[in-house]
Amino acid sequence: MTALDPSDNAPAIVLGIETSCDETAAAVVSGPSHVLSSVVSSQADLHARYGGVVPEIASRAHVELLTPVVAQAVIEAGLRDREVQAVAATAGPGLIGSLLVGVSAAKSLALVWDVPFVAVNHLEAHLYSSFLEEPDLELPVVVLLVSGGHTLLVLMEAFGRYRLIGQTLDDAAGEAFDKVARFMDLGYPGGPVIDRLAMTGDPEAVAFPRPMYADGYDFSFSGLKTAVVNHVRTHHDLDVADIAASFQEAVVDVLVHKARKAAEEFGAKGLCLAGGVAANSSLRERLLDACVAAGISGFLPSRSMCTDNAAMVAAAGWQRLHLDGPSPLDTGANPNLALPFILSGKPAS
Amino acid sequence: MLILGIESATQQVGCALGGHEGVLASAHSARGRRHAENIAPQIQFVARQARVELQDVGCVAVDLGPGLYTGLRVGISSAMAVAYALGVPMIGVSSLDLLAFAVRHTNRVIVAAIDARRSELFYAFYRQVPGGVQRVSDALVGTPDDLASELLATSEEVLLVGDGARRYSEVFNRLQKTDVAEQGLAHPSAASLVQLAHARALREEFVKPWELKPIYLRVPDADINWTTRHSP
Ligand SMILES: [Zn+2]
Repeated sequence: MTALDPSDNAPAIVLGIETSCDETAAAVVSGPSHVLSSVVSSQADLHARYGGVVPEIASRAHVELLTPVVAQAVIEAGLRDREVQAVAATAGPGLIGSLLVGVSAAKSLALVWDVPFVAVNHLEAHLYSSFLEEPDLELPVVVLLVSGGHTLLVLMEAFGRYRLIGQTLDDAAGEAFDKVARFMDLGYPGGPVIDRLAMTGDPEAVAFPRPMYADGYDFSFSGLKTAVVNHVRTHHDLDVADIAASFQEAVVDVLVHKARKAAEEFGAKGLCLAGGVAANSSLRERLLDACVAAGISGFLPSRSMCTDNAAMVAAAGWQRLHLDGPSPLDTGANPNLALPFILSGKPAS
Repeated sequence: MLILGIESATQQVGCALGGHEGVLASAHSARGRRHAENIAPQIQFVARQARVELQDVGCVAVDLGPGLYTGLRVGISSAMAVAYALGVPMIGVSSLDLLAFAVRHTNRVIVAAIDARRSELFYAFYRQVPGGVQRVSDALVGTPDDLASELLATSEEVLLVGDGARRYSEVFNRLQKTDVAEQGLAHPSAASLVQLAHARALREEFVKPWELKPIYLRVPDADINWTTRHSP
């Protein structure tokens, strides 16, 4: 774990910038896990009337919001002029027009301040969100990364060493929440709305399918979404809260089952949640129960660290800088960037 | 005052440095629309060529558009970040003003027209005034035929300039008393940007980085992108 060795005198104060989707965020960390400031300006209200993120609206908002958000993060971190020692930005995956705003600004800041620039993979950044609040988490851990764009089960063996265990074959978990909420006219974003409604509903009211429950580690949520749509179309006397609770229960069942199975099979010391869906209260509760049952430690980052933020980007930037050094100033953005340093096969035990 | 100009409203991306001595260095590239990749290295390059430190820049000027949205945003985001990092003010200039300024020595009516994609143009009308040009119409978005009908209605000689004018030159060359300016003038120039901004800097027409607004001229398309949607 050389990545955590503080003895070298590489940059410690890292400004992170996150603009991959509809959050404009900037944060400052000192070292790999000490957050000095974390500012997030959500555009959710701008996209609410469309029931999903509109890329052109997101890009326009990032341009307007980014400079004030960066300025606020620097002020809240208590930094004076030129105390930032490196600038990190999400370079993918995400919406290309949005990513380019953050990457361009970050490179310009690094150029003027004469400090290193680091391009960060958004998925890798999510993997670090747990370590921001729990720096002493023991490796290896299985991370269940669930968001509107991604559903991944990753074994994190060391910083920068990941094994992809499973992923969604169609819709992401958060996407299923958004689409179901949109179909039922519940509002946007779908995750929090369904979470809230489900609290008053009966999770056993409708027996929705548990797609691929017993088949390996991959996920599929598109069929479940269709089952909800069909059920709503054919039943006119239904209770919306019951539907929300039953749908959520089906998603959570599959996620928790596979995450626990993976943690046990791969000998993980712990199980971490990451990504926006990690804010779901049922998922949090059920995952902790599963960890207790399996005798491993469970870690749930606070809600503000689960959803997109720049503290995780700055932390991942710190790690990348110490592992690989800076990225060149002609770095662009890649909307389809994959999780880096994926190992294949099973770990040697 | 030393001014850094950043221009990326069309397929071309350009940077220039200059001030009261005129333009000290400039660079332009128009290959493959690699705006995001090119701008930071280009700023570094012009600073070296001009033999100045970026710390000595007193104002950042930027092309506000209209133009290709992604390129435009890359340039504006970069320029805002440079101005913020240096703690200096900014000056925003329209891409159409830059195109017209480059042909300011003609006494014909000038029409700057940028390719807006989707078979449309961003365009505006200009007239020569002492020391430069003055815009005499709103900046509009319309088809080449819309612009051609407007040109038919004027009895004056017209010089069209810009990549939009060149792309649809067949439409405009059919008109009487209308010329399309050469390819070398088809993109806004970062050197023109520095010159125009310098005149405005003398009048202290500065804005703060977060006060700049790109000129889009179109409302956003409301297509949802599910596949790259990221957080709930
Ligand atoms: Zn995310």
